Amino acid sequence: MGKLTLEELRKLRESTRREIEKRETTDKSVQVLVGMGTCGIAAGARDTLQAFVEEIEKTGLKDIVLKPTGCMGSCYAEPTVEISMPEMPTILYCKVTPEVVRKIVDSHIVHKQLVNEHVLDKPAADILH
Amino acid sequence: MHFRLSDTVLDVVQNAVEAGSGLVVLDYIDHLDGDKNLLRVCVADDGKGMDEETLKRAQDPFYSDGTKHSGRKVGLGLPFLRQLCDQCGGRFEIESRPGEGTSLFFELDRDNVDFPPEGDVAALFTDCLLLSGTHDMAIHRFRGEEGYSLLKSELISAMGSLEDAEAIRLLTRYIGDQEAGI
Repeated sequence: MGKLTLEELRKLRESTRREIEKRETTDKSVQVLVGMGTCGIAAGARDTLQAFVEEIEKTGLKDIVLKPTGCMGSCYAEPTVEISMPEMPTILYCKVTPEVVRKIVDSHIVHKQLVNEHVLDKPAADILH
Repeated sequence: MHFRLSDTVLDVVQNAVEAGSGLVVLDYIDHLDGDKNLLRVCVADDGKGMDEETLKRAQDPFYSDGTKHSGRKVGLGLPFLRQLCDQCGGRFEIESRPGEGTSLFFELDRDNVDFPPEGDVAALFTDCLLLSGTHDMAIHRFRGEEGYSLLKSELISAMGSLEDAEAIRLLTRYIGDQEAGI
């Protein structure tokens, strides 16, 4: 396959965008924020982000906003990832290696089950229930 | 110190973005100088800049301006980079003017035994372009006479957004193709 040109990139993107209902991040979208400050980078957050790209492609999930962000404050627990999605509380996961990414995509995003051993922060139990 | 050189460069580029820049420029150039196989990297921005005192303190590992973490007493990005250049017998220069911006340059000899693992250059450029903010970013990559340029605004115009997994995947592939072609 030859080198991808900017025009080919534009067309590839257009062909898949017609399948995706593009919208702002609302309560209908899944938003994944990957902490990528100095601490995150040192802990391997770039590999975490890449793992999300690969896993989301593999599972065929659509309408996922995926963004690197700056340090989210829990440097001791990096890589950290915040997941916001409908019908689930917003959760901050810690020590998210590429292996943990696969668990989060399957358990949290697909099956709406927390990956408890990696939850760093979540609403109080009475709010969860 | 970061494990990969690309991690260090991303860290420095992030500083440039977080300085409130309208434009960040990254030059990543392989250059043959006689028998020396040099990598030259320059990160320039038009952000808030630093006065002389702040610039000096920014290179102190026990200084942080408190923007990201109030009360924190370390800022390791620039000291890590300076340490790397010292370790490799390279060069490190930084200039800044308040209200005008900052320009950071470093040069490393690829054949030096202490040259660090570089990491994936295409992935580095992808990660730089994904940094959140209203800034634009230009990346100029050269290996000798051959090279390519990337402009964030142009890529967003082509792809609509860089904030989903599919866009990131396509961007990585596009940049990977450019890198493989030089």
